[in-house]
Amino acid sequence: MNMKLSPDLLSNAPACKKTRLGVTGVNLFYGDFQALRNITLEIPECAITAIIGPSGCGKSSFLRLFNRMNDLITGARVEGRIELDGINIYDKSIDVVELRKRVGMVFQKPNPFPLSVFENVAYGPKRHGRHNRGELEEIVEKSLRQAALWDEVKGKLEQSALALSGGQQQRLCIARVLAVEPEVILMDEPCSALDPVATLKIEDLMRSLTESYTIIIVTHNMQQAARVSDMAAFLMMEADRAGVLVEYGPTSDIFTNPKDKRTEDYITGRFG
Amino acid sequence: MLGQQVKVATAEASPDNGLRRRWRIGEKFIEGWIFLTGLLAIVVLLGIIALLLKEGLPIFLDTPPWEFFFGTRWYPVSEPPTFGIMPFFISTLWVTLVATAISVPVGVACAAYLAEVAPDKVRETVKPIIELLAGIPSVVMGFIGLMLLSPLVQSAFNLNTGLCGLSAGIMLSLMSLPIIVSVSEDALRAVPDEFRQASYALGATRWETIIHVCIPAALSGITAAVMLGVGRAIGETMTVLMVAGGALAVPVSPTEPMMPMTAAIASGIGNAVRGGLQYQALFAIGLILFILTLAVNIIADRVLERQKRKFAR
Amino acid sequence: MIGSRITSRQLSQQTAFGLLIISAAVVVLPVIFIILQIVISGGSAISWEFLTLAPSQAGKAGGIFPAIIGTFYLMLGTIIIALPVGVLAGIYLTEYAGNNWLTRIINLAIVNLAGVPSIVYGLFGLGVFVLALKLGMSLLSASLTLACQALAMTITTSREAIIAVPREYREGSLAVGATRWQTIRHMVLPQALPGIITGAVLAMSRAAGETAPILVVGAAFLLPRLPQSPFDQFMALPYHLYTVAAHVPGIPQSTMWGVALVLLVVVLSFNVLATVIRLRARRRRYSS
Repeated sequence: MNMKLSPDLLSNAPACKKTRLGVTGVNLFYGDFQALRNITLEIPECAITAIIGPSGCGKSSFLRLFNRMNDLITGARVEGRIELDGINIYDKSIDVVELRKRVGMVFQKPNPFPLSVFENVAYGPKRHGRHNRGELEEIVEKSLRQAALWDEVKGKLEQSALALSGGQQQRLCIARVLAVEPEVILMDEPCSALDPVATLKIEDLMRSLTESYTIIIVTHNMQQAARVSDMAAFLMMEADRAGVLVEYGPTSDIFTNPKDKRTEDYITGRFG
Repeated sequence: MLGQQVKVATAEASPDNGLRRRWRIGEKFIEGWIFLTGLLAIVVLLGIIALLLKEGLPIFLDTPPWEFFFGTRWYPVSEPPTFGIMPFFISTLWVTLVATAISVPVGVACAAYLAEVAPDKVRETVKPIIELLAGIPSVVMGFIGLMLLSPLVQSAFNLNTGLCGLSAGIMLSLMSLPIIVSVSEDALRAVPDEFRQASYALGATRWETIIHVCIPAALSGITAAVMLGVGRAIGETMTVLMVAGGALAVPVSPTEPMMPMTAAIASGIGNAVRGGLQYQALFAIGLILFILTLAVNIIADRVLERQKRKFAR
Repeated sequence: MIGSRITSRQLSQQTAFGLLIISAAVVVLPVIFIILQIVISGGSAISWEFLTLAPSQAGKAGGIFPAIIGTFYLMLGTIIIALPVGVLAGIYLTEYAGNNWLTRIINLAIVNLAGVPSIVYGLFGLGVFVLALKLGMSLLSASLTLACQALAMTITTSREAIIAVPREYREGSLAVGATRWQTIRHMVLPQALPGIITGAVLAMSRAAGETAPILVVGAAFLLPRLPQSPFDQFMALPYHLYTVAAHVPGIPQSTMWGVALVLLVVVLSFNVLATVIRLRARRRRYSS
């Protein structure tokens, strides 16, 4: 294989970490169309799991299962189990709002609210009943620091978030998610709208967040998956356009020693 | 770091309690209200229908439908009273006819000019003026008809009075122009540019393209525009009340004074006793008006939907 | 041969375009003429007394102050009732309603409400508010009637304004664990506000000019005092114009034109205000 691997990539391989999210036999339908078929995998805590695959294979739909964002689409239907710490999040007794507090999401296109930088970060905590200004200031600063954005915006917290650069906007969106103290962060191609420098910054940020957060990232950028992730799941479309899980394992295995021919074809195809 | 501690705490306390569904009573309450107000449009419409039926239908116990619709004499206070709405119906027909005869050709031509010919600058000046026209209250239009137009019509046609169906129709045509122009213009703009280019490529001039390609392609939208304009003319009250002359005979020409249905309701309702025969008869006229405009609007809506689907890709 | 053919076709095009321009002029010129005429003829009647005194001698003398105030009360009453309802219904249609038969029926009802003749709203108000609910010929009855009429408009404009709020904002808000209502309340509505207000101002402008419904529901012609409560009778500019122009003999012409001018200024200034709000909101959106 002609792909280059940095030595530290191998060190990304996860230590024996406990399972945070468990997916068992999941099917996703939009009306009559089946978007995902029979997906089973376990996502370890405090690690980055990358979901890769050709476009249209249902990566984003898969990601949106974890915070039930697909609920917003009429006709969406889920079969199987998805567990967060052993609790089926599709159970009737589950509160979607509480779930989304614990499973945050960063979108493909930076979507800061048309509010000030401060109000963007404070939006979540405010919705959860925190209105004390001092407390909010603390949360905002902490979240912005965690998102490696504090130094760039500390003087302009009251300015419109829309005036920030694309990369800053995306980090602001990450800070916005961090402010509600989630356990899991979902990232849907968070760098696809950004330039290489901003991309690297986000990737550094992601690595630094793995200490305390479980991150799942959808990406179509193989190098990015190889650079940042500990685990990788390769999804593909079958003939009826339903996405299936082809291979899942430590990123180093997927990239250096794929077990499935299709994974190998895809990865080598992309790289050379 | 505080966050970390809190997180550990919740995770350890009881993981499944954290995700248990909450009943946000306040939100359920608000969402209930939202749903109810969502239904309000239906409630009001049904309320209008119910009221018109309840107050209007009893007139047919006194005056058989045949006499009511085709009777030519409306004498609500004579003994016994007679309620024939033919004069009002014919009057509405006349004023609507005059209004449509003027506003349709002028409106469609104006729309074609704005959509296909006019330079942007002209367009940007003309459109606000047309919006202004739409904003002028009907009573002001009636006033203008009364003060300025009717003397002109009187002398031009050598009539006893200028307060007649023709004057009312002319004012009505002005009032239905904005809707005809704007809906037709939208319809013309929705015609894809490829149609025009194909026509130019065959050597057609711009005018030939407009008349043979654009207008036929936008025909359903223009039809809807005309329907809406007609609906507006049928339902308009103040202008015809002030300008049409208010005579109770069946008019045989638009130059006679007349009283369209809306004006009949407006001028009679003040004297009608609740539940009395005249009151019932006026509500029955309201019912007919309602049905007429409802039909016109539903057809226009259907036609517009079809037009939208035609070019939606 | 070819040359002459083309010129004759171009000639017919020029004639046709000429006709199109004439019809545009036929639309535009009367508007300008009407407005100029009202401004010129009405201007002479306008004085401080005219605007601030109550009418006397059956409207022949004095001013139109109660009618002006009555019209403002009416606009206010209408919008206080119609706007919250319109916004909530707009929220329902954009954020909650599914793509089903109920939604289709609601939309059909809205389209048809917009087309119901104003005089029929008058009958509805008379039957329901004045008589059945026994609110009498009052400011409240008239406001409720005009609010029913304004409903279609406030729902439609609110709905358009809410739909225009990008989906990303909703998703971002939901993704940080805001509830559906919180998302609407704190994210969607503030963004939709300029559009909603534009619609509200337009609805007020229309309520100010509406005559037929209040004629049925019972505006007062002469009431030399201001309404003291919503249950009080009231004067209104459009109804006043109708009576002085068509019913009371011996009113000086300049008075009639003066009333028309004041009414026109009230109605059109709200129209212009709506346009200004719309343009400012659009500019702000593009600049940021």
